[in-house]
Amino acid sequence: MKELTKKALDVVKEMGASYGDIRIVETRTQTIRTRNGNVDALSSTRSKGFGIRVLYDGAWGFSSSSTLTEDEVVRVAKEAVEIARASASVKRDKDVVLSPVKPVVSKWTSPVKIDPFSVKTEDKIALLLEADRLMADRKEVKVRIGSMACQREDKIFASTEGSYIEQTKIETGAGIEATAADRGELQRRSYPTSFGGNWATAGYEIVEKMRLLDHAERVAREAVELLTAKQCPSGVMDIIIESSQLALQIHESCGHPIELDRVLGQEASYAGTSFLTPEKLGTFQYGSEEVTITADATLPGGLGSFGFDDEGVPAQRVTIVDKGIFKNYLTSRETAHELGQVSNGAMRADGWNRIPIIRMTNISLEPGDWTLDEMIKDTKEGILVATNKSWSIDDKRLNFQFGTEIAWEIKDGSLGAMLKNPTYTGITYEFWRSCDAVAGKDEWELWGVPNCGKGEPGQVAHVGHGASPARFRRVKVGVGKW
Amino acid sequence: MVDKKLLGRENALDVIDKVIRWSPGDLTEVILRSEFTALTRFTKNYIHQNVAESDYRVTVRVIFGKKIGSVTTNSVDDDSLKQAIEDAAAIARLQPPNEDFEGLPEPEPLPDVNCFVPETASFSAKDRAAAVKEIVEIAKERGFEASGAFSTGSAELAVGNSRGVRAYNASTYAALSTVMAGEDGTGYAEASGRDVRELRPAEVARVARAKCEMAQNPVSVPPGEYEVVLEPLAVADLLDYLGRAGFSALAVREGRSFLTGKLGQKLFDEKFNMWDDGLDPRGFPVPFDLEGVPKRKVVLVENGVAKELVYDYATAKKEGKKSTGHGGFRGWGPMPTNLFMGEGTATLEEMIRATKRGILVTRFHYTNMAHPLKVLITGMTRDGTFLIEDGHITKAVKNFRFTESALRVFSTLDMIGREAVRVERTVVPAIRVPAFNFTGVTEF
Repeated sequence: MKELTKKALDVVKEMGASYGDIRIVETRTQTIRTRNGNVDALSSTRSKGFGIRVLYDGAWGFSSSSTLTEDEVVRVAKEAVEIARASASVKRDKDVVLSPVKPVVSKWTSPVKIDPFSVKTEDKIALLLEADRLMADRKEVKVRIGSMACQREDKIFASTEGSYIEQTKIETGAGIEATAADRGELQRRSYPTSFGGNWATAGYEIVEKMRLLDHAERVAREAVELLTAKQCPSGVMDIIIESSQLALQIHESCGHPIELDRVLGQEASYAGTSFLTPEKLGTFQYGSEEVTITADATLPGGLGSFGFDDEGVPAQRVTIVDKGIFKNYLTSRETAHELGQVSNGAMRADGWNRIPIIRMTNISLEPGDWTLDEMIKDTKEGILVATNKSWSIDDKRLNFQFGTEIAWEIKDGSLGAMLKNPTYTGITYEFWRSCDAVAGKDEWELWGVPNCGKGEPGQVAHVGHGASPARFRRVKVGVGKW
Repeated sequence: MVDKKLLGRENALDVIDKVIRWSPGDLTEVILRSEFTALTRFTKNYIHQNVAESDYRVTVRVIFGKKIGSVTTNSVDDDSLKQAIEDAAAIARLQPPNEDFEGLPEPEPLPDVNCFVPETASFSAKDRAAAVKEIVEIAKERGFEASGAFSTGSAELAVGNSRGVRAYNASTYAALSTVMAGEDGTGYAEASGRDVRELRPAEVARVARAKCEMAQNPVSVPPGEYEVVLEPLAVADLLDYLGRAGFSALAVREGRSFLTGKLGQKLFDEKFNMWDDGLDPRGFPVPFDLEGVPKRKVVLVENGVAKELVYDYATAKKEGKKSTGHGGFRGWGPMPTNLFMGEGTATLEEMIRATKRGILVTRFHYTNMAHPLKVLITGMTRDGTFLIEDGHITKAVKNFRFTESALRVFSTLDMIGREAVRVERTVVPAIRVPAFNFTGVTEF
């Protein structure tokens, strides 16, 4: 592969590019899905190709191909420069400048205890079908789904600045869900969380740790119980958010608005911009003193962990919000330069055929010193919400609304009745400023979100979020007419 | 004429024939896709991202009895194809039979639909940059900043199976969108189609600019129930949810659809008509689905009455019906893919004039389903939201959050625009709804 990367970089240099990089990426994925007692999908996917990114006359060009031959590498390298030339015809008043990074020659492999590809497919199927059987007893449960997937990505990055980095990353995920329907109502429960379960940069050990079979019967039972549960009330009240829903809250209302490309307008035409404009850096009160948020690409097992980003910048841990004050963005070499900084390594591409853009790493709420029990006991009137069902947020990431699968009343310090269709809404900074309790390390969990969409053409990133349950005061819940 | 990078009908079907010949399965299905796409992205009046991609993908399903293994590879050389077949056969043998498997479709005559426009396939980075320049100049005339994306590409889809299905289609695609931003408001417009020459960048830019001019100095209006005039971009969003949530034969059978037990009933306003038609050139025509079954027009709602559902091969066979050509979404069941809503008689101006105190919505943002049986949707307004008072647009307003049921929208609408426009794969007019629930407001 070294010859091919050298060829690509030589061609772009000869054509006058001031910078060039090439990524050769091979991804192998196995997906298993069971549905109502059958293996609904058992598939294996391989995708291999390369992408070449160049700066020419101060503007970007990128081209990519799945045909890994020298001739095609030369063609694509030339095309990338041609495209950059076209970009330069509608250029900014100043050239793109990359903040410096030390060239690196390195190898990185994610730690794995049990290689998920070495586990017998029959055993994986048997586990999901047994979970399915345990969910099958109730006639109201119409759809039972089990899913498991593993992915191996082998990637080479080489740049005209002298970096040559080889990385191998293995990810595994699994989950179960039951959908119940009866008499005009439809409800779903999932475990460990919704939309495909939990994921990690890890091996099959994460699936074993989930103990899916221990939760299957409860998942089906709660889906059925929700059909006749009380409707979540409407009003302003205290809410306690369980860890996996809080992970998505962090994702939407902190993870995206701190992406510096969004802040600088690079996503304006699609996903939008950000309320966290540069003059707020270092001074803006994003949350209460209880709120400290970090971006940590070095977190063991985090779905957003890696050795180096797709610009060859080493993985880092950065404090984003320090005791409520907004301190840092996620940056790239180009965007960091705009603020007189160097990149903190958040550029990732969704495969060989996409350019790197700023993506979340593992964005986590640091643990506090409460317990969930203490929070419930300390709450006079409110609700506890769990497991995401729907999400929506405006294009500057201010006005959000979430729906969760389930909630429970809290009255006078005790958990009460189950509630269906819970929703809550707010303005990002008002909401985080209302946080007055965060549970400690023992209840802190790391969640993998494998479906973060961004960019045009669309890219899907795998990112991570750590959180323990937290309490927020006077939040609007039960939105809309039910 | 076929773009030189594409495999062409003969080569694509040759790949399919080979795989089927080499497969040890009782049944075999092959889907081949090739894609040559490019996209130019701009922000603040300059191009900041500019990309291109060439890829081939082959998905092989090898079936023994009711055991199915599926492998996808993006290498189309013989060795890779043989490896894919071997791997698919190996994983098929590992599993218990899928009792829901109903077999593979038989060949049917396919409609002849031209989806390929050479001028789109040959549209270059230079051509896209020239169009972006035109848009940027129009923005600069008013001191605005234009952002957006212009994508063009060509693709092939070939589907074959061991029962004799051989389907091939080459297509092109072009899409252009721009958000124009002023001091404190934005405007949006888009265009798409198979023929890049229909996109008219200057026209798109002028529509976005006019919206942007109107959108400056927004005031905050309290949330609540308002009359609304929804422009086609907003209507398309709601119609897509309605189609996906309700009209899949599998969802209806499993009780996951609001239509379970209600087919044939009048559920919507009698002016409301909706159908799926993959062959109508006003949308994005495509002759067949991912199972190689020809697309059929399906009347989903006629004069407010829920009439028919979309089927794939498996759901159709289970009910003794014929697939409507909406298959291939593994595990999800059939889904509408090319929705049309019938036009009414009103102009946009007439809808605004008929509104005493209401909101004009250009488009929605980040919508999501809060409850599928109620088709309760939440989302934000974006890029041009205006207050209507006594039949006139009086001012721009800060963006709202809505939480509203699409069932209620299409059962209570009282005016429908006389011109349906293409919004990607959906073709819709504007509508007026007498009461629409805005549940929150944001700061811009």
